[in-house]
Amino acid sequence: MGKPEPLPSPRAKTQRGALAKTPTGISGLDEITLGGLPKGRPTLVCGAAGCGKTLFAMEFLLRGAEQFGEHGVFMAFEETEQDLSENVRSLGFDLDKMVADNKISVDHVRVERSEIEETGDYDLEGLFLRLGLAIDSVGAKRVVLDTLESLFGGFTNEALLRAELRRLFRWLKDKGVTAIITGERGEGQLTRQGLEEYVSDCVILLDHRVKDQVSTRRLRIVKYRGSTHGTNEYPFLIDEDGIHVLPLTSLHLNHPASSERISTGIARLDAMLGGEGYYRGSSILISGTAGTGKTSLSAHFADATCRRGERCLYLAFEESPAQLTRNMKSIGVDLAPWIEKGLLRLESSRPTLHGIEMHLATIHKQVKEFKPQVVVIDPISNFSNAGTAAEAEAMLLRLIDFLKSRQITAVFVHLTAGGNAWEKTDVGVSSLTDTWLLLRDIELAGERNRGLYVLKSRGMKHSNQIREFIVTGEGIKLEDVYVGPEGVLTGSMRAAQEDREKAELRARAQEFERKQRDLARRRAVLEAQITALRAEFEAAEEESKTVAEQDRTREREIDENRSAAALRRGADAAAAKGKRK
Amino acid sequence: MTTRSHPGEAKWELRLYTAGQTPKSLAAIKNLKKVCEEHLAGRYEIEIIDLLKNPRLAKDDQIVAIPTLVRKLPDPVRKIIGDLSDTERALVGLQLKQLN
Repeated sequence: MGKPEPLPSPRAKTQRGALAKTPTGISGLDEITLGGLPKGRPTLVCGAAGCGKTLFAMEFLLRGAEQFGEHGVFMAFEETEQDLSENVRSLGFDLDKMVADNKISVDHVRVERSEIEETGDYDLEGLFLRLGLAIDSVGAKRVVLDTLESLFGGFTNEALLRAELRRLFRWLKDKGVTAIITGERGEGQLTRQGLEEYVSDCVILLDHRVKDQVSTRRLRIVKYRGSTHGTNEYPFLIDEDGIHVLPLTSLHLNHPASSERISTGIARLDAMLGGEGYYRGSSILISGTAGTGKTSLSAHFADATCRRGERCLYLAFEESPAQLTRNMKSIGVDLAPWIEKGLLRLESSRPTLHGIEMHLATIHKQVKEFKPQVVVIDPISNFSNAGTAAEAEAMLLRLIDFLKSRQITAVFVHLTAGGNAWEKTDVGVSSLTDTWLLLRDIELAGERNRGLYVLKSRGMKHSNQIREFIVTGEGIKLEDVYVGPEGVLTGSMRAAQEDREKAELRARAQEFERKQRDLARRRAVLEAQITALRAEFEAAEEESKTVAEQDRTREREIDENRSAAALRRGADAAAAKGKRK
Repeated sequence: MTTRSHPGEAKWELRLYTAGQTPKSLAAIKNLKKVCEEHLAGRYEIEIIDLLKNPRLAKDDQIVAIPTLVRKLPDPVRKIIGDLSDTERALVGLQLKQLN
C-alpha cells in the first residue's frame, strides 16, 4: 500500500559540526536552507513592497512560538499591533492570544519625522531599551525588526543612524537571538539603505513578479555564510496556511520501486500491460487528441482504485465535479458512491486560476491532507497556460517526484493539440513517465474511431498491438483491430471485414461439407464395386474348384478303367507299371 | 491657534527622557533648564524620566532616541530629540520661535 512517507530531505539535516540553525517552520524553507536560519544571528529578508517580507518574518516568529517553543519579539516600524494581528489572523494565527500568553511581544515603533525636531547629539538607546525589555519580558529567542529602514525616514543624521545600526546588530548577536531584519529592495542594491552591509550572515531575497497576468512569488538565498544552501530561485506562495516554499528540483532519484501491480480498471488493458496492469507508484501518461476517451480511461482507473478500497484524488481542470460524474455515469462508470464514501475526491479548478506554483502547492497540500494512493491530473496540458512551457515542465517534474516519493500512482492526462506530432507532448513529460498510453483517432471511410497503443511501459512485457477503443454504455471495451493487407481497419469497416470473413468461413464450411458428401458417395460406389467383384471372384473360384474336381474324377476314372482293362488282358507288367504310377 | 498654545500665558509641561547619567543626558538637562529659564521663567514644569529605571515608559511614550524631550502641554504634543545643544532648533521645536 502506498504509505505516505515524510518528504525525504536527507540533506536538510544540519551537518555535523556546521553552523547551528534555527528552524523557521516555514514549509519548504528549512529544506532549502538545510535546517533553517543561522542560530543567534541576524538574517536580512529583503524585497520590494508587497513581496511578503512582513508575513515571512511573522510566520518565523509565530511558528517558533507554536512549534519550537521559542518565544519572539516583533518590532514593527510600519504597522500597528492591531494591523499585524488582523493580517495574521487570515493565516490562522491568533496573535492576540500569543501576546496574552506571553509568547510573543509586539512593539510598534512609530517614527514620524514631522513630529521630531533634532537639536543635537542623540542615540537610539530608547530602541535598545524597548527591544531589551520586550526580549526579557517573554524570554525571546527570536526577534523581528520590520522594517528597520523606516528609521532612515525618521532621522536625518545618517552617520549616527548607521553607527547605531551597527551597534544594534552587534547587540542582537550578543543577546544570542535569531533575528530577521526586513528591508525594502533598493535600486542597484538589495536594500535601500544598504542594510546588507551590516547583516553578513544570511540574506534572503523575496520577489514578486507578474507575467502574463499571473503572479509568481520567488525566494532566493543570496548569501548564507558558513552553510551550503540551495542557490536557485524557489517559487513560493502565500495561502491560508502561510508561506510555502517549493524546492524547485528534486534532490535525488531514489524513489522506492514497488513491484506490486494494480489494475487499470479495464481487463483488456491489464492484459496489454503484461497481464497485470500498472505498477504501483509509477507515473502514467495518457495522451491523445480531443475526444479520444482520455478522461474515460482515467475514470475507469479511479473507479478501480476505489473498488480496491483505496483513495483517489482526481484533479479536473476542464470539467466540474458534477459534470464529470454525469458524463462518466453515461459510460457506465458511477463515481458518485465513491465520493460519498470519501474514497474519491474530485477537485476542479481552472488552470489559469493560479500561477503554476500555486497549483503545485495546492496539489501538495491536497495530497498531504487526503493521502490518496492514486492521483489523476486531467489534463496537464493546460498548465502551460498558467506559465511558460518550461515552468510547466519543471512543475510536473517536481510533481512526479513528489508523488513517486510517496508511492502514489499518478495518471497524467495530456491533450495533444490537433496537428501536432502524435508521439509528442508539448509539456515534455513523456520521458519522465513510466507508462505511456496513446489514444488516437483512426479516420477511415468517413468514420473516426479510437485506437489505443501502449507506447511504452517500463519494466513489463507490454503488448505492441493497437486495440480499438470502444466507449460503450457499460464502459470501455478494447477490441482487436483488423490488420490485413488493406491495413488497419476499425469501426464499421472492421465490422464489415469481420462479416466478410464470416461469410467466407461459412462458404468454406459448406464447400467442405459438400466435398465430404461427395467422398462418401464415391466410397459407397467403390465399395459396391468391390462387393460385386468379390462376388464374381468367388463365383470364378467356385467354378475353378468344380473343374478341378471333375478333372481329378475323370483321371481316376481313366486310371481305373485302364487298370481294369489291364487286368482283363492279364498283363502283370502293365499292372506293375500301373502301381508305380 | 488656541489660547493655551500661546507661549505667553499657558502653563508648560515638559518631560525629558534619558537613559542613565550619560553625557548626552546631562547636557540635555542642562540645556533644557537654560532654555526654560530664558523663555518660560515661572511657568514651566520639567519631569525627567530615566528609562533605565522605567524601561516600560519607552514603549508607552514611543521613545526611540535618547534624549527625547516631549512637550506635553501646551497642545499639540511635540517631540524634540538630541541634547538641545542647538538652541535655535530647540526653540523652533518647542514653538517658542517661529521658523522663518
